[in-house]
Parts: sequence; C-alpha cells; structure tokens
Amino acid sequence: MERLSVDVAIIGGGIVGCAAALALRKAGLTVALLEKGLCGAQASGINAGGVRQQGRHVTELPMTRRAAKLWPRLHETLGEDVEFRQVGHLRLARSEQDVQMLEDYAVTAREHGLYLQLNSGTVTREMFPWVSGKIAGSSLAVEDGHANPRLVTPAYSRAARSHGVHVLEFTPVEHAQWTGSNFEIQAPRLVVKSRHLVNAAGAWAGKFLSFFGESAPLTLRTPNLFVTEPVSYFMTKSIAVCGGAVYFRQVERGNVVLGGGPGWGDLKSERSRNRADTTLGQFARAIELVPELSGLHIIRSWSGLEGDLPDKLPIIGASRTTPNLVHAFGLCGHGFQLGPAIGEILCELIRDGRSQTPIDAFCISRFDAVAHQKMAGAG
Amino acid sequence: MLAKIVIVGAGPAGIRAAEVLAGAGLQPVVLDEARQPGGQIYRQPPPGAERDAFTLYGSEAGKARNIHAAFGRLGKSVDYRPDTLVWNCSSNALNILHKGRQGIVPYDRLLIATGAFDRVIPFPGWTLPGVFTLGGAQIALKAQGVSIGKRVALIGAGPLLPLVASQYLEAGADVAAVLDVTPFGAKIRALRGMLAVPEYARRGLSLLLKLKKFGVPTAYDVRAIEVTGNWHVDGLKWRDGAGRWHRIACDAVAASFGLKPEMQLADLAGCATYFDEATRQWLPSLQAGGRSSVPDVYLAGDCAAIGGADVAELTGKRAAYSVLRDLGIGFAADELKGIETTLARHTRLRKALDAAYPFPTHLIDAMSDSLTLCRCEGVTVGELRASYVKTSAPDVNRLKAFTRVGMGRCQGRVCGAMAAEILAGQSGASLPDVGRLRGQHPIKPIPMVV
Ligand SMILES: Cc1cc2nc3c(=O)[nH]c(=O)nc-3n(C[C@H](O)[C@H](O)[C@H](O)COP(=O)(O)OP(=O)(O)OC[C@H]3O[C@@H](n4cnc5c(N)ncnc54)[C@H](O)[C@@H]3O)c2cc1C
Repeated sequence: MERLSVDVAIIGGGIVGCAAALALRKAGLTVALLEKGLCGAQASGINAGGVRQQGRHVTELPMTRRAAKLWPRLHETLGEDVEFRQVGHLRLARSEQDVQMLEDYAVTAREHGLYLQLNSGTVTREMFPWVSGKIAGSSLAVEDGHANPRLVTPAYSRAARSHGVHVLEFTPVEHAQWTGSNFEIQAPRLVVKSRHLVNAAGAWAGKFLSFFGESAPLTLRTPNLFVTEPVSYFMTKSIAVCGGAVYFRQVERGNVVLGGGPGWGDLKSERSRNRADTTLGQFARAIELVPELSGLHIIRSWSGLEGDLPDKLPIIGASRTTPNLVHAFGLCGHGFQLGPAIGEILCELIRDGRSQTPIDAFCISRFDAVAHQKMAGAG
Repeated sequence: MLAKIVIVGAGPAGIRAAEVLAGAGLQPVVLDEARQPGGQIYRQPPPGAERDAFTLYGSEAGKARNIHAAFGRLGKSVDYRPDTLVWNCSSNALNILHKGRQGIVPYDRLLIATGAFDRVIPFPGWTLPGVFTLGGAQIALKAQGVSIGKRVALIGAGPLLPLVASQYLEAGADVAAVLDVTPFGAKIRALRGMLAVPEYARRGLSLLLKLKKFGVPTAYDVRAIEVTGNWHVDGLKWRDGAGRWHRIACDAVAASFGLKPEMQLADLAGCATYFDEATRQWLPSLQAGGRSSVPDVYLAGDCAAIGGADVAELTGKRAAYSVLRDLGIGFAADELKGIETTLARHTRLRKALDAAYPFPTHLIDAMSDSLTLCRCEGVTVGELRASYVKTSAPDVNRLKAFTRVGMGRCQGRVCGAMAAEILAGQSGASLPDVGRLRGQHPIKPIPMVV
C-alpha cells in the first residue's frame, strides 16, 4: 500500500480538476490529482470545443468573463498550442421576438463587460453571406471561439505534472472520509492523506456527496455530436441560434462539428453514443440556418457523459457538511469554456477561503430550498 | 406474428442464410449496399456490361452461377432491398440509406454477413494514383471489366494474390510481377494442413501452375517494396530475401496483405471481439452455430471469421439454422450435421493458410517516419511515434484523439490496425493492450439532406 500526504487532493482529471491542480500547485501547495482513467478522456476531452460566453445565464457571466481572459494565453500557460481560435460566436435570431431577446441579453451582458455586436438581418447577410436569407438578426461575440478539447485537458495535466503535481491516472477513488483533521482518500493500493479535498468528478460526482452526507439532484446529460467530412473553409464563425436547438462550427481543417439534442449514455459502464434519431433531426435545423451545409457527408458521431442539474447551473463551492471539502461539478454541458476560470476559483477558495469571482449562485444549498419547498407543498 | 429477421449482406453467406430462412417460410429482409446480389466474390457487372460467367469468375463460374440462381429462385419469399446502405444499429433497429432516403428497419433477429475488406499495410508510394488493393483490382475487373493498368504488379500476403493474378492473366492483362511478401517455405510446411480440403489444394496448385505457364516473374519472401512515380505509378522497387533490390516498370500496383472482417455493424450491435494472435487482428467472438455474444445477433461469412466463399455459404446456412433453432422452429438436422463436418475440415485448412501466409511484420518494422499512415487525415508514422513520446498514450483511441489518425472518411477502416501496430512498436505494449478504434456510426458517410 502506497501512502501519499499532500495539502490538496483532487478527485477527477477533467478540465476542472486539472486546471485546479495547476493553479494550486503554482500557488505553492502540494497537490495529488486522482483520475480513474486518463486525464481529459471524459466530458472534457470529447465536448464540442465551444469556447463561448454569449448566451450564458447572468449568474455565470462574471465567471465566463474571467475564463475569456485566460483562453487567449492558455498556450503560454500550458506551453503548447491547443488550437484555440478566437473566430467569434454568432447567435442567430429567426424572428423579431428572438431579435428582441438578443437585444435584451446584450444589455445584461454589457453590464458584465461582454460587448455583443447586434446586427440586423441585412447586415448579418452582408457580413456572412453563407447565413440563410431568412435570418431576422444576429448577435456577434468577437472574443468567443473554439479550441480542440482533445488537446486542452491532457495539456493541462502535463503542465500540472511538470509543475510537480502528483498526477495519478488509472487511480479510481473508492472511498473518501474526513477524520476530523484531514481527509483519507482510498484508491486501489493507495491512500492519500490531505488537508483539503476537491470533488471534480464530473458526472460521477454524486458518489462523493454521499460519502459526506450530502446530496444534490445531479442527473446525467449526454449531448449529441457529429462531424462532417472536411470541406473548404467557409463558415468563419461558430453558430448558435435562439432557442438553442442546434449549434455548429467549422474547424480550419474543414470539418463541421454539429451538436444539440440528447445522445445516449450510461454512467456505470462509462459508455456513451450518438443517437441517430437526434442526429437526423438536426439536419433540417442546421440547413435552415446555413443552407450550404446541405449535402455534406457525416463521417463520425459521438456523445459523452456530463453532470446535469435542474437549473442548468453548476455546483461550485464549499461543502455544507464537511470542512475543507470543495465541490465543482454539474457543468450542465457548458463547462469547457469555464474550466480555466474554475481552476483559479477553486485555488482561491482553498488558499484564501473566498473567491474573487462571485459564485454564491452555485452553492449546493440552493437545492435544499427546492427540497424543502417540495416537502412543504406535499404536506 | 412471424419473427422479423434481417440479413445484412447478399454475398454467399447472406444468400445461403436467406435460402434456409425463406425455406422455413420466414421471409427474411435482405439488405445490401450493392445494386445486385453476389457479394464481392460473385459480384455481377452492371446492366449493359454483362459478360459470361467464365470470363468473370474463372474456375469459380459454376459456384457463382449457383449462388445467383439460388437467390433468383427465392423470388418473393425474401424481401430483398439492394442499393441499401446500413449505417447504424441500435436497440434492435437498423438505420438505412436507400437512394438518398433515410429509413429504419427493425428486427427480432439480425444476421450479419458483411464480408471482409483488404488489409492494407502502407509502404512508400502507397498513396500514389495507380495503387489499388487486390480486392479493388478484382472489383475493377468484375464490375467494370477493366484492368487497373496496362502493366500491373501484384503484391500480397494471402491466397487472394495468386487468384487475382490468374484472373488478370485470363483477362489478357500484362502482369509485370507477382510478389508475395511471405516465404515460400511456409507454404510447403502448410501443405499437409491444406490437404484437409483437397479441392482447395488442387485449385491453389493450378493457380500457381498458371502463373508459371504465363511466365510471370514471381517472387516470395519479398522484404521491402517501394512504388515510384511523381504523379502516378511508374514503377516498383522491391528487395528480395537476400537483400538485393529489383526494379520493374509498371503503371499500376495492387497490394494488400490478407483480409479483415467488416465488423463495424457487429461492433455497433454490441458484439464482443477478441484479438486473434494467429492472424494478428481483432475478430468477433463467435459462439456455437455462428451466434455472437449478443443474443439476437448472428454472424456468418468472412465478417465472422475469414474463410472464403465456400465457407461463407456454409456458415450462412449454419447461422440461419441457429436462428430457426432459437426461434423454436423445427428443421431436418442432417444438413446441419454435414455442414459442421465440412466446416471442421475448413478450419484445418484455414489454420494451414494462416501459417502459409504469416502476417508480414517486417513491412511494419521497415516503416520510416516520413511514411503517410492515415491518408484521410495525412498523418505520418513519425507523427504517431512522436505523439507517443510526448503523451505516453496507452491505447490507440487516445492516440487518435491526439493525432487525428483514423478520424477521416474511412474512419480507420484502412489505417486503424496499422496505427495500433506503430503504437505497440513504439511503446512496447502488446497489441491487445493497445486495443482497436471504437466503432461509431455512420459506418460509411451519410449525406446531410432534408
Ligand atoms: C458531448 C459534449 C459536448 C459539450 N460541448 C461543450 C462546448 O461546446 N462548450 C463548453 O463549454 N462545454 C461543453 N461541454 C461541457 C464540458 O465538456 C464539461 O462541462 C466539462 O468538460 C466538465 O469538466 P469536468 O472536469 O467537470 O468533467 P470531466 O471531464 O467529465 O471530468 C471528470 C473526471 O472525473 C473522473 N472521475 C470520476 N469518478 C472518479 C473516481 N471515483 N476516481 C477518480 N476519478 C474519477 C472521470 O474519469 C473524469 O475524467 C460538452 C459536454 C459534452 C459531454
């Protein structure tokens, strides 16, 4: 039995766990990162690669702004290119109502320093002739873009390791407990002792709530993705649409990655798969927005396992039952862009006891109220 | 209600399976991507390009005629749907594409008879226009009635090599050389085992005699190959067992190194697989009677285990009988007994053939860093090796994530196994540990149309 003693143990080597590990280590703490498989092989490694602020819930805006400032220099932080391209994110409106929605959102966003460029339908087509003539208007976020998810989190884990983090892959955490003065975390043939513990176990995080007598209405979310053959680069912006039914982007190599709607997945067997019915249903939605997509061939499809919460916001913050335990999970299908910021936020929570970025909206206790209300309603 | 049985593949295995099931009154659905029945081996030329069976199939003309006739006789007792691509399987239903239209075919029992595909090993020049697989060269001859070039060199590591060579010779093509990358001695040693099916041994011998009669330069134990040319093949260099280089002029090359089962559909259906050390590749795990590891799914023909056309007919029937048995439908057991006995002999033959044509690992060892391994994504051998050095990727799916190998149009059908070889060679891990690329639909590209 191997024993390891560190300041902070982190469960989960996704973007959240890896970014936290690097930030904590840079802050001078000793860190062990425990990952049951390979770092960045789950949600963080297979997501759509969208690095997007536009469209996020108002409570997420401070955090997404913080992340947006980190992405352009991430290659410096990590010491390698992760194919982050600040191509801009274009949100399309199909009706006057949707245009109004974009305008209202732009006002809120501006209050947080996110400046969105609103365009009429005519201006949208003038600037982006490949967009359908039926579009009523659009909102462009110039700082947004995309990155290669297959590269980002493994690069984080390598950077963490080279800074001295104990990155322990193929190390599934089987049990964790608070002894009164520290945590004892058990994996096969290994016990880690730590002063702090971070639960960044993604879709599997629920297991670590139960060890500490906590609960949250965490469910499984399996976004559906597919990709076309490479064609000449024409779609210079990442695309989304009001109502959110479909989103897509073209990479420099020429492939168009499309997503939206549910795939299939199973937490126990760790398997996930694209759903053909969802995929076929997306064809019309995507072609309606960008007619040139018609006729492109789909060559591959996939899905992934992600934690979901009823209000589509994550849980980030201190445990309510256990000292020195911090949760960061349930990113509801949009945590890739946030990852670098969450890493820093977790570091601040552990080092300073509080974060510079407001995260109260993400506290785990918000669901207690729901449970209480429900119980009251039932009584 | 009758159980709905779907057969995918109308080659010798699928056709014989359909015959048995139709005979029991079950009206199976038969789906096939091709326009006409016959599969790869008994592929029929398109209307307007008909030629007589002997020109097309040579010594196998009788069998081809029988298969086509057998399927023709089934008439309305099968629901045959040609020109239908099956691109996904999930929850007891298949997604199909027919003339640009999407459809769904549900099933109670699925019999997969999707055949095999050439095993490709990259060598310098393999992506030049004018380089084909042996299977591709054969299809050109059968379907279009054309040779792949004026002067053709054939390279291989399996019984398909002398077969294609003889078919090209019969068709009047100029065959520049027949190069076998496996040693002649291996064939001599395997001769006894091949006699398990005397007819096969005889046929093999007559092919070799034919090559001799035509005076085609033939070599064994070829150690290295290199296709030359700037925009198109203009020649071939090869090194013999004694280390001497030879050079021949040719304008087309067909090369492949044995066959691999087309198991994407079985994979999507959830069928378990294992790594077969003898042939150095992943195969579906087979249970008695051609059953897969999934209760409703049966496998027959080359997609279950490489065995050739005669075996495919037998395993097709056998899998169909298993379907009947599992449905509780009675049948006369005599034929099945006979099939099992014949198949046992063929298993011995197959072992001998595998030994006669051992996997040419020397071609893998010889791969230089500059060689393109994944042509869809333009990934070189050197990039794969360097990625391992940087990332320690333990398995081929991880390597794919970092390098894009196998991410293109063919989805790793061509290069997946080779990427695993390179990774295993670089990391020292075993091939079973390095694994294989996970299957994902669509099995072949499907158009985004409304
Ligand atoms: C298909 C898909 C598309 C998406 N598209 C986008 C997008 O375009 N833009 C965007 O911003 N976000 C997107 N997301 C969301 C984003 O990928 C996630 O929010 C983010 O990656 C979550 O990071 P994580 O670290 O919490 O989770 P994960 O990456 O899942 O990491 C959790 C890790 O914990 C490990 N773990 C679990 N249990 C244990 C245990 N017992 N012991 C040790 N380790 C354990 C797991 O193996 C896993 O590696 C998408 C998600 C999916 C699934």
